[in-house]
Amino acid sequence: MSEQVQENTQATAKPSGLAKWTRRGFISAGALAGGGLIIGVALRRGDRRDQVADLVSKEGDTLLSMWVKIDEAGKITAIVPHSEMGQGAQTVLTQMLADEMDANWADVSFVEAPAEDEYANGPLGKGYLLAGAEIPAALMATVDGAMHQAAKALVQQITGGSLSIRATGVAGMRVAGAAAREMMIKAAAGTWQVPESELTTANSTVMHKASNRAASYAELASAAAKFEPSNKPSLKDPEQFTLMGTDLPRHDIPSKVTGEAMFGMDAQVPGMHYAAIRQAPVFGAKVKSFDATKAKAQPGVTHVVDLGDAVAVVATGYWTAERAANAVDIKWTATENDTVNSESIRQQFRADLAQAQADGTSSADVEAGDVSGAFAAAAQVIEATYEVPFLAHSCMEPMNATARFANGQCEVWTGTQNPLGARYEIAAALEMDLADVALHQHFMGGGFGRRAMHDASIQAARIAKDTGVPVKLIWSRAEDIQHDFYRPSVASQFRAALGSDGQVLAWDNIYSEKHEPVEAPVIPYDVAAQHIHYTNSSTHVPFGAWRSVDHSQHGFFTEAFFDEVAEAAGKDPYLLRRELLANKPRHRKLLDLAAEKAGWNQPVAEGHGRGISLQESFGTLVAQVVEVRVDQGNVSVDRVVLAVDPGFAVSPDGLAAQMESGVIYGLSAAMYGEINIEAGRVAQNAFDNYPAVRMQDAPLIETHIVNSGEAWGGAGEPGTPGIAPALANAIYQATGTRVRQLPVSRYDFNYRVNEPEELI
Amino acid sequence: MITFRINGAERSLDVDPTMPLLWAIRENLGMTGTKFGCGQAQCGACTVHLNGAAIRSCVTPVAAAQGAEVTTIEGLASAEGELHPLQQAWIDEQAPQCGYCQSGQIMSAAALLATNPNPDDAAIDAAMSGNICRCGMYQRIRKSIKRAAGAEAVVGVFDPQAVTEEVKHV
Repeated sequence: MSEQVQENTQATAKPSGLAKWTRRGFISAGALAGGGLIIGVALRRGDRRDQVADLVSKEGDTLLSMWVKIDEAGKITAIVPHSEMGQGAQTVLTQMLADEMDANWADVSFVEAPAEDEYANGPLGKGYLLAGAEIPAALMATVDGAMHQAAKALVQQITGGSLSIRATGVAGMRVAGAAAREMMIKAAAGTWQVPESELTTANSTVMHKASNRAASYAELASAAAKFEPSNKPSLKDPEQFTLMGTDLPRHDIPSKVTGEAMFGMDAQVPGMHYAAIRQAPVFGAKVKSFDATKAKAQPGVTHVVDLGDAVAVVATGYWTAERAANAVDIKWTATENDTVNSESIRQQFRADLAQAQADGTSSADVEAGDVSGAFAAAAQVIEATYEVPFLAHSCMEPMNATARFANGQCEVWTGTQNPLGARYEIAAALEMDLADVALHQHFMGGGFGRRAMHDASIQAARIAKDTGVPVKLIWSRAEDIQHDFYRPSVASQFRAALGSDGQVLAWDNIYSEKHEPVEAPVIPYDVAAQHIHYTNSSTHVPFGAWRSVDHSQHGFFTEAFFDEVAEAAGKDPYLLRRELLANKPRHRKLLDLAAEKAGWNQPVAEGHGRGISLQESFGTLVAQVVEVRVDQGNVSVDRVVLAVDPGFAVSPDGLAAQMESGVIYGLSAAMYGEINIEAGRVAQNAFDNYPAVRMQDAPLIETHIVNSGEAWGGAGEPGTPGIAPALANAIYQATGTRVRQLPVSRYDFNYRVNEPEELI
Repeated sequence: MITFRINGAERSLDVDPTMPLLWAIRENLGMTGTKFGCGQAQCGACTVHLNGAAIRSCVTPVAAAQGAEVTTIEGLASAEGELHPLQQAWIDEQAPQCGYCQSGQIMSAAALLATNPNPDDAAIDAAMSGNICRCGMYQRIRKSIKRAAGAEAVVGVFDPQAVTEEVKHV
């Protein structure tokens, strides 16, 4: 849905600005190898700086580049084109810029970039995809598809894909900081008439030792802005870093312990009313008719709005609106999906997979070696089917948005992972010019991919337009869980061929439903014959990016099945991984570290289990060892030892926090998370039937960081995919039951189950 | 008319007495530090103190606050603005991520420390089990509580007599 709206937007709304940006982006693409795309756009004379100056600068400010400004008092402000949902990226990106700039950290702060075309960050993702990603050759055709996605993202300002550090930070903030530093040096060299090579910088100051002169960046700023910024400023080597690699306190945290932090939920607009909503329970259904007589009779209720696929009740308070919404009798149109349920979806996957196998109509991710020959020659063949359910994001802060519509202009207050995209979609939905839509960005009470969608903002804007009063729309928890964009339910079938000596000869994997990243189902192991392929088996349940996206299922599938292969081969699952990573020393070293720190060679007590996993995602490697205890059928996760190699940890504590967060998010899903479809609609509606890990269930998580010096990777998502397989592998050791379906709560471990799918 | 003291100041509200206290705090009093997460006492984001006890304000009728002392996250620091030891510990441990649940987490922890200045892990589990953090910062929250517990305690213990006297005076 989102993509369609986006395309329409490109065709209709303010094409001039859009086209200009796109053209510049492609011009610069010629010098892309060093990630030069965005830098060319950002720093070229006469490009954006004049246009963005009035957006972010006050009188007396000098804008040095897209990402940094410095005022006459020496205050340095980074302009960060990413939003804050808990990942701390705004502080870290500023840290990257300040380090390259040799700025005094105490002088440095940041602002979030306004939702303007000039701050679209899509090109950064594109630059990243071309410049640094390690994509298996077999997937290059699909990468072209991803490139198309990236090109479409030119009008987006997205925070997702674990891209902040590895794309914006590496290709934007560092380069902008280094360019700013060079301009300061040029300014000082010109003023003092000395060679640039004799100048050094530190603490927001340029120094000339020979003549004992020094000038602050504040003094030099005006002169510096007259110089042409370098397109290729020289970056520091890691040993020269003074801020990167250190733990700096996040700027957003103090306000989050005093209640002052402003989330979308906290927006205050004079005279605003509150709206509650009831959306069509079956995705795709419409309002057929409704009777709001009882709702309108309740004191405080001011409006009832038909949104086509939802009914909103507006009142002077949210509680009043929510109660009145319960009193609206709504009839929904019938749809062809009214009889769909989780079991029918499961059967559909199995049938579609079988059909694709039989017809040879699957699409290949990887085709290597002689797969059929290997199976024909195999001493042993093992097979298994893995499945995962739909998942909701269930952010702590339910979806909400506040909107005011007056004088043909619309303002929206919300927390979004894509402020610019939100503006475009709101403008398109209300058939307005982009210039007439303003977006006021707030902190997000969780995002995880959910807040890349703009449904609540569009609803709020429509309600405000329809009623003529400013409205804060708040979804109930039930609406939030039942109208998400879901991690899809997916089935994945495996076959592995083993030789008589336990050698892994072939890996054959077919699965349903493919999104991103394209390489998610690829295994790092050296198996000569591989066939990894998929078939589409679509459902009416809306798809959304869910923390780590396709890795969230394939991490589980591939790493859990690998343990089955190891058992069939008669080998320790850690040692077999090691053996098949002989050509991948970076992976092997990380796996070794996790195993060593977890005491892999120590005996495991009765009723306990230890499981391992390895997953590369978003440019970062994560190895996890999970320890469980199963007591009278109850699974406790006691400890997670995690080793992570992001290339370089810009903020080690921030990286550890993201690993902890990713593990717990993945653990909630692995242990209890399932969205079931009954009669076309979502059955779950609250935290009691869509639970999250709580304090008493949370394992101790030890994070060990390796700075390998490889290309810098992401942090927000890579901790999530590896927890479910390591957990499943640990449970197998403790119970003898293979967990091939998530969540774990489906299993009764009081009994030993060899073919679980037949018993549940 | 419902009258109660909130963060030391008396307020009177002409609202439906069955309305949850959460909405009185957020909408009628304009204090947005206390959060809406589920409306069913399942997540703890709305936790405030009612006469010193941690309660879920999303299911507590505002009438229950009549004549009582309510403390929200905005009232946890001292009148001089000195952070509560828990707030400082939360910063020191870099505990919040998105931060949405943290008002409730801190209020639950403050009620715990008020009655148990040195809680062990089991006591922390028991007191904090009603507060969900979807960012999963439990390890840091636990460390923050222990750090604050080790600090010089400035955690007030509720004295019903004192509050009654104050309310009378106002």
